[in-house]
Amino acid sequence: MAQVSMTVNGKAASGEVEGRTLLSSFLRDQLMLTGTHVGCDTSQCGACVVHVDGQAVKSCTMLAVEAEGADVATIEGQANADGSLNVIQQAFQDHHGLQCGFCTPGMVMSAAALLKDNPKPTETEVREYLEGNICRCTGYHNIVKAIMAASGQDVSAIAAE
Amino acid sequence: MPKDGGIGASSKRREDVRFLTGAGNYTDDINIRGQAYVHFLRSDIAHGTIKSIDTAAAAGMPGVVRIFTGSDFEGVGGMPCGWQVTDRHGQPMQEPAHPILAQGKVRHVGEPVAAVVADTAEQARDAAEAIVLDIDELPAVVDMKAALESGATKVHDDLNDNLCYDWGFVEENKDAVNKAFDDAAHVTSLELVNNRLVANPMEPRVAVGDYAKGTDDSTLYTTSQNPHVIRLLMGAFVLGIPEHKLRVVAPDVGGGFGTKIFHYQEEAFCTFAAKACNRPVKWTSSRSEAFISDAHGRDHVTKIELALDKDNNFTAIRTETHANMGAYLSTFAPSVPTWLHGTLMAGNYKTPLIYVNVKAVFTNTVPVDAYRGAGRPEATFQLERVVDKAARELGVDPIALRRQNFITEFPYATPVAVEYDTGDYHGTMDKLEEMGDFAGFAARRAESEKNGKLRGLGVNCYIEACGIAPSNLVGQLGARAGLYESATVRVNATGGLVVMTGSHSHGQGHETSFAQVVAEMIGIDESMVEIVHGDTANTPMGMGTYGSRSIAVGGSAMVRATEKIINKAKKIASHLLEASEADIELKDGAFSVAGTDKSVAWGDVTLAAYVPHNYPLEDIEPGLEETAFYDPANFTYPSGAYACEVEVDPDTGKVSIERFAAADDFGNIINPMIVTGQVHGGIAQGIGQALLENCAYDENGQLLSASYMDYAMPRADDLPMFAVDHSSQTPCTHNPLGVKGCGEAGAIGSPPAVVNAVVDALQSAGKDVTHIDMPLSPDRVWTAMNG
Amino acid sequence: MYNFDVVKPTRIADAVKELSDSTESQPLGGGQTLIPTLKQRLASPDKLVSLSGIDEMRGICTGEDGSICVGGATNHATVAAEAGGYPALAATAAHIGDPAVRNRGTIGGSLANNDPSACYPAAALGSGATIKTNTREIAADDYFQGMFATALDEGEIITEVRFPVPEKANYQKFVQPASRFALVGVFVSKYADGVRVAITGASNDGVFRWTEAEAALSSNFSADAIDGLSLSGDDMISDLHGTGEYRAHLCAVMTKRAVAAAA
Repeated sequence: MAQVSMTVNGKAASGEVEGRTLLSSFLRDQLMLTGTHVGCDTSQCGACVVHVDGQAVKSCTMLAVEAEGADVATIEGQANADGSLNVIQQAFQDHHGLQCGFCTPGMVMSAAALLKDNPKPTETEVREYLEGNICRCTGYHNIVKAIMAASGQDVSAIAAE
Repeated sequence: MPKDGGIGASSKRREDVRFLTGAGNYTDDINIRGQAYVHFLRSDIAHGTIKSIDTAAAAGMPGVVRIFTGSDFEGVGGMPCGWQVTDRHGQPMQEPAHPILAQGKVRHVGEPVAAVVADTAEQARDAAEAIVLDIDELPAVVDMKAALESGATKVHDDLNDNLCYDWGFVEENKDAVNKAFDDAAHVTSLELVNNRLVANPMEPRVAVGDYAKGTDDSTLYTTSQNPHVIRLLMGAFVLGIPEHKLRVVAPDVGGGFGTKIFHYQEEAFCTFAAKACNRPVKWTSSRSEAFISDAHGRDHVTKIELALDKDNNFTAIRTETHANMGAYLSTFAPSVPTWLHGTLMAGNYKTPLIYVNVKAVFTNTVPVDAYRGAGRPEATFQLERVVDKAARELGVDPIALRRQNFITEFPYATPVAVEYDTGDYHGTMDKLEEMGDFAGFAARRAESEKNGKLRGLGVNCYIEACGIAPSNLVGQLGARAGLYESATVRVNATGGLVVMTGSHSHGQGHETSFAQVVAEMIGIDESMVEIVHGDTANTPMGMGTYGSRSIAVGGSAMVRATEKIINKAKKIASHLLEASEADIELKDGAFSVAGTDKSVAWGDVTLAAYVPHNYPLEDIEPGLEETAFYDPANFTYPSGAYACEVEVDPDTGKVSIERFAAADDFGNIINPMIVTGQVHGGIAQGIGQALLENCAYDENGQLLSASYMDYAMPRADDLPMFAVDHSSQTPCTHNPLGVKGCGEAGAIGSPPAVVNAVVDALQSAGKDVTHIDMPLSPDRVWTAMNG
Repeated sequence: MYNFDVVKPTRIADAVKELSDSTESQPLGGGQTLIPTLKQRLASPDKLVSLSGIDEMRGICTGEDGSICVGGATNHATVAAEAGGYPALAATAAHIGDPAVRNRGTIGGSLANNDPSACYPAAALGSGATIKTNTREIAADDYFQGMFATALDEGEIITEVRFPVPEKANYQKFVQPASRFALVGVFVSKYADGVRVAITGASNDGVFRWTEAEAALSSNFSADAIDGLSLSGDDMISDLHGTGEYRAHLCAVMTKRAVAAAA
């Protein structure tokens, strides 16, 4: 067992982990941050995406010990300080960018990473950026629309509701 | 102007807030103090005789609580099948035993053979690896037609053969259908495969069994679309636990698409083991495990023939389908290729004679059951493909041929035993032609060709049947369950309501849309209505969510219960207002006396119900809580017309979806935003089936597409934006909301549009390609073009 | 996963020592292939030696001869963003995996694994890169030795990969629709002394050079030069996603496209 310490959503967090403990397991099982989901075991689905030192990573494909000293951000830390939904979260609700909600934490975290690097992405850029995030419910239409809306772009010309 | 609340408003989903902040409560988020973990040792061969299972070494491994094998379940019921089909000769289907853990033989890769319960999940897996399995491998039965040849290896030694049933529908019409083919001016025939799919909700299945020794109560937390159905099946048929001692909870569920309807071995195991070990027992499926243990979908091989007269009127349809059941009968498997498929073979057309033959076959593969659409996509695909092929053979416009044969008068009794109540097929087609800008297609094709691409346009119609019912009819058809829905409406003293529905929401947004209905009926704000679902402890016996039934059946039950509430509240109001009950009107959350300015607020009435000081106690009881069970008189029949435009890269065979339009008729709409989202998701799954998804086995019964590395899930960059319209509305005539259901439409309507479009593109380049089996992957398209 | 220890040295020499201390140890780059492999319990190292803490193995520089040098522990996102001196290399890195994978996966990890469908082997072989390890320098032509096989010895670490910058180059990836690895990927580069064409995804022997195409393109660097050339599908991968014949066909199509797009 090894001691691991990191900052998670702005707060110090530490725990005892095995070498094989995944960052996703550490977050879910030890820190009880169950918003980070695990939807596959081949690093494809992206339900587990969190930010490590500002970069989107798949927390199911990173060892917890590799996050020693890192600044980790998860879905639980995304809302505004007053608890209201942040711009991306609000856009997902406004544009019906989620249904069952299981892929949603990863989608929101990937969207945040995209908009940090590319504040006004095109539809094609959004779709390409989401290559590593699988959603089975929405057909992506409203996710793409929500992310573009969150970037401040006018999405009223995009079809429907 | 769009409404800002109530029926017809695009109310934002209240459930989103918890999902967007990581505060959802999915089954894997549930951990019970002291819980142990189970790892299932699964067969890695498709077919074999179990010679021995040596657990001695494993039992001594660290953390092991107990190891179970099939012998621990002797005397325990097997997994039940919920639908018995009667064959062409009046005989019941062959129904094999389906053990919780394999007994004697293994029959598919992934079948659980042993289960290790240990302190941690990794310890359970470590110990499972130490179990020594000795299995004599037998030849695997994979191909359905070979499985039916005489002398074929049998999947189940105690059955006559691998034929589950040979179903004919309508058997009495067979000779007349054959004669119509003899008399036909033109016959178009097509052989096709409806590819096997894996549902792949993003949340893998999870089960947590808990047992309270002091009270002998069992609780199962599970990823289910229908917790009451699980409670009934598992309690009554598998474990022998009375329903009052068994609670099943399906909390937030991360998508289902059919595959979370069924009762699975892992659920029964965790419930059983929690009592046997006197510890909570948890199982979390990995995605790899899901591929070999979640029931698969589709997997039909069909020959369809369409007869036309000299004026191109459809005169008869004849089909022969082989439907894969897999190794065992999953909960509702037998109903899918029969009553959910044969009854839809009329489609949108007034074909007078139809005969459907289905041979259901056992193979050494994962069981196959309902997946989004369940039988209806298979019916629609073959029908809309053969109609398209007929149009091309006859040199007529595919839309014109469809329009010529549309059913236009309702109600309409089809020759396949159902009666469509309403519809307007020309209306949705008109809408589609407008949305799809078909007039501009030639110019778009020219532009594509300039860029070295082929462009095709595919159109099709679909009819769906939702809310399968009534119960007494489906009972005659073999269902071993009722198909009603329930709701309890509990009004609190201060006027807020809790609706406990037997429907289950796993992405459909019931917590929002159901509240809209009740709020509209009473005239109060949606925020005053809370929707509770998913827990047998606090909801009335319900049948759950599948088959696009929730609003049509569950919503109707809720309306009936709310009507009872309103009727009682009117009695109370008439007392408070000292007026005749007949004169009381409810509007905008207040009761008034017709023609006067006397009124009493909703909250005053509800308070009176619970503080009955000024109250007609001699006439009515205190309190305001009502339950209703709603059993529909008929299916509902959504319909629509879909159009897809593709580009095909002739050098690589790669197909890209350039435009997609869907014009649906769902009757009345509660929340247009949610309905549109349901259609988007269905279309994506249909395009996935048409272009990407291929669940394939090799000849030894090994699953070739066993992870996302080989099973191609649709991703954001595989899909375009969709144009979706549901302004064509012919309300259902037999339910109180006039609703029809929308969950499966997209998955039913889209595959033929895609394939029709690709065939159109290839024929535009002079290729003699009339059909390609799904998925239309680049290699298949290229091979078809160059073969 | 089986359990293992993880060490995180900060110097190459320490990493080498950690690896030599145990025969069951294994280097850990970004883990984007290794961790899924461990999850399937297809490997059972007793110790993983993380290379992510070694600063001297990270980053991109330009060598004295103008070549682009990429540290072995540099992730794909960094190459995509910072290898502007070799645009085709940056573009190749920008399409490996997905964004989250690119933030973790490393060039050294990818080349050490030598997945027959990975992109970097095509870039390295197609550029005539030099794979620098803790002990030696290996020419790409000598490095790749078949599917998942390389010239690396036990415990040898890729510390840097040096890419000579061509006049023109391009990588065309035709993706396998599920994994998004290359069903066929072709890296074409034009140097003063000739053209290299390296193909990944197609062959049962892993990444390879299409010498016939190289010869044709060396005398006439245009897509037309590929007309009439073809590879046999007999020794190509044949699976759910495409036959050997189809892959062979794609090799020619993607080569032509890479030539046409080369910049």
